[in-house]
Amino acid sequence: MSTNENYEDHGLLRFLTCGSVDDGKSTLIGRLLFDTKTILADTLSAIAKTSEKRGLGAVDLSLLTDGLQAEREQGITIDVAYRYFSTGTRKYIIADAPGHEQYTRNMVTAASTANLAIILIDARKGVLTQTRRHSKLAALVGIPHLIVAINKMDLVDYSQETYERIKGEYLEFAKKVGIDDIRFIPLSALNGDMIVERGEQLNWYNGPTLMEMLEAAPAAHTEHTEKFRFPVQYVCRPQDSANPDLHDYRGFMGRVEAGSLKVGDAVTVLPSGLSSTVKAIQIGGVDIAEAVTEQSVTILLKDEIDTSRGDMIVKSSEVPAAVKQIEATVCWMAEQPMDRARTYLIRHTTRDSKAKLAAIDHRLDVNTLENLPAEKLAMNDIAQVTFKLAQPLFVDPYTENRGTGAFIIIDESNNNTVGAGMIL
Amino acid sequence: MNQRTTSSTLSHLDWLEAEAIHIMREVAGQCSNPVLLFSGGKDSICMLRIAEKAFRPGKFPFPLMHIDTGHNYQEVVAFRDKRAAELGERLIVRSVEDSMKRGTVVLKHEGESRNKHQSVTLLEAIEEFGFDACIGGARRDEEKARAKERIFSFRDEFGQWDPKNQRPELWSLYNARSHKGENIRAFPISNWTEMDVWQYIEREGLELPSIYFAHTRPVVLRQGAIVPVNVPLASGELTNLPKAGEEIIDLQVRFRTVGDISCTAPVESDADNVEKIVLETATTTITERGATRLDDQTSEASMEQRKKEGYF
Repeated sequence: MSTNENYEDHGLLRFLTCGSVDDGKSTLIGRLLFDTKTILADTLSAIAKTSEKRGLGAVDLSLLTDGLQAEREQGITIDVAYRYFSTGTRKYIIADAPGHEQYTRNMVTAASTANLAIILIDARKGVLTQTRRHSKLAALVGIPHLIVAINKMDLVDYSQETYERIKGEYLEFAKKVGIDDIRFIPLSALNGDMIVERGEQLNWYNGPTLMEMLEAAPAAHTEHTEKFRFPVQYVCRPQDSANPDLHDYRGFMGRVEAGSLKVGDAVTVLPSGLSSTVKAIQIGGVDIAEAVTEQSVTILLKDEIDTSRGDMIVKSSEVPAAVKQIEATVCWMAEQPMDRARTYLIRHTTRDSKAKLAAIDHRLDVNTLENLPAEKLAMNDIAQVTFKLAQPLFVDPYTENRGTGAFIIIDESNNNTVGAGMIL
Repeated sequence: MNQRTTSSTLSHLDWLEAEAIHIMREVAGQCSNPVLLFSGGKDSICMLRIAEKAFRPGKFPFPLMHIDTGHNYQEVVAFRDKRAAELGERLIVRSVEDSMKRGTVVLKHEGESRNKHQSVTLLEAIEEFGFDACIGGARRDEEKARAKERIFSFRDEFGQWDPKNQRPELWSLYNARSHKGENIRAFPISNWTEMDVWQYIEREGLELPSIYFAHTRPVVLRQGAIVPVNVPLASGELTNLPKAGEEIIDLQVRFRTVGDISCTAPVESDADNVEKIVLETATTTITERGATRLDDQTSEASMEQRKKEGYF
């Protein structure tokens, strides 16, 4: 029997950890990897050696997430790192984002693909400005599930009172943020309490362990019915093939950004607006009956419709808005501030359009969470803006569909990605 | 080819496969002259299956290319050629030995590993063919420099990676734009682990070069590593000769990773089929590179350094 069939597969969960080294974030990640036996002996012996070199008494699990030479030299984390572990039933991808204020853009990047965020709070310090900033950013980027992990419980004598006080403080603030699902858990990442094992010290806490929460968390796209959205990436036309059956083959290749599609469904191709019926759905030339969210497939239509990269196939009953002006929340990511006079390129799904800033409605102060008037956008700024577009885009509000609500901003002079946007 | 047909959530392998197909199609859609690096190793074998799922019944919109150090296991080179022929796709081979003849690669000494010198030959091939993107099978779980590299990684005209100045990469919106002379390295299986690769090989029933399975070969034990010796090259010449005083033993081993003969070490194993390898991978106590890559152990930052110099 194949080993793949030996266990139930609960798919994949992508989550984000927010907090600084001081909150014990690296220790928490190290602990998750260690307790799920992802850390192998040679890695462990390497960090044991480093711990000793740095004069530390015990093996410092946070060294597992120690990054690049460039980072070690400066003693900071400069970028998002991705880590992996598996429990046998589920695969996890952790996006590990640095906590410093100047790295708002990294947190937005890490959050963009996550369906759950763990916000770490140091039990000795309670809810800090940084906690609020991280929570607000997680909400802005549309993460539906939040775990507030009150860590370092060992340093407050595992006090239930402290835990309840911080929880109350956080809930007070959370009313303003707008995340659907917030859970709380007391932890000691250092000692491993309530991560995978419950430990002996937190018997007053009856909820699930952190790992149990992760195992039960919904994966992306599983909680709502979504409208079918299929941006065309590539068109397959093997006319010159030796096989005459393929001379009329026109396959529209892409990934289902949302929803599902069956053979026989009525579809409309944008921007032409022409309609047809799904003749076949394939992967690698092999027929399948249905395509579901996040699946990469090839769609064949009954009628010959001129379709190319940048077009979008949707169900005829659920056509999205075609817009030439968008209002969006934008995070600016380049060192050079946004120049209002310049034209930028917006990449939305597989479609590009030139864009010009029409207005900055306001800027968000990520520390006070106040909206302020703004004239310009500098690196790490978050603002609500309006863009005018040269080409129509087929959009959904970001809160409804991340795939068709998100875009990046490219500076054509140097080809850099300079910003990220979420359509309102 | 296996795939799930109904049910609302993709299994982890289906999800990883779908992501990798999407990335390959983005390269094909955004770049004018890409190439897929194929070594005959297990990761690039998975990449070929992903390319089939991405582009069949059409041809691949890119050729395959191998940068051959001239010190590759014969079994792997033979497999490389066979697989490319079966798929009916064009295979380009460029050799580090040709760069040595041109004088662009100079070894410090005859026995020096040619692995890091592949960067030079790769950059020469990129220039020769005018490739604007190279698709590679690197994974983020392999090494900590890779853990921070983008899926679409921008390289300047010297092939250099600048870890402090990477393009932000959000959602699944990839930016593969480059100016002439610059290029993009795209890594479709960035999010796969060694275990995922083996599970995928098992699920898809992929064929592998024989040296991935347990076999008996002469080795010596050198500084804790199992070092294969007297390995025949295609010319019949033997390489990796034992040093004076080393005792040659016949050991049952398999390779977890396959590269230049001088720097790839096998592990002791009796796993002679994929199912046993999956089980062994689940219970191993040593990382893939820790066990097998002699070149990564030179310094803590060696992969980061090589990438900055144009390495994959």
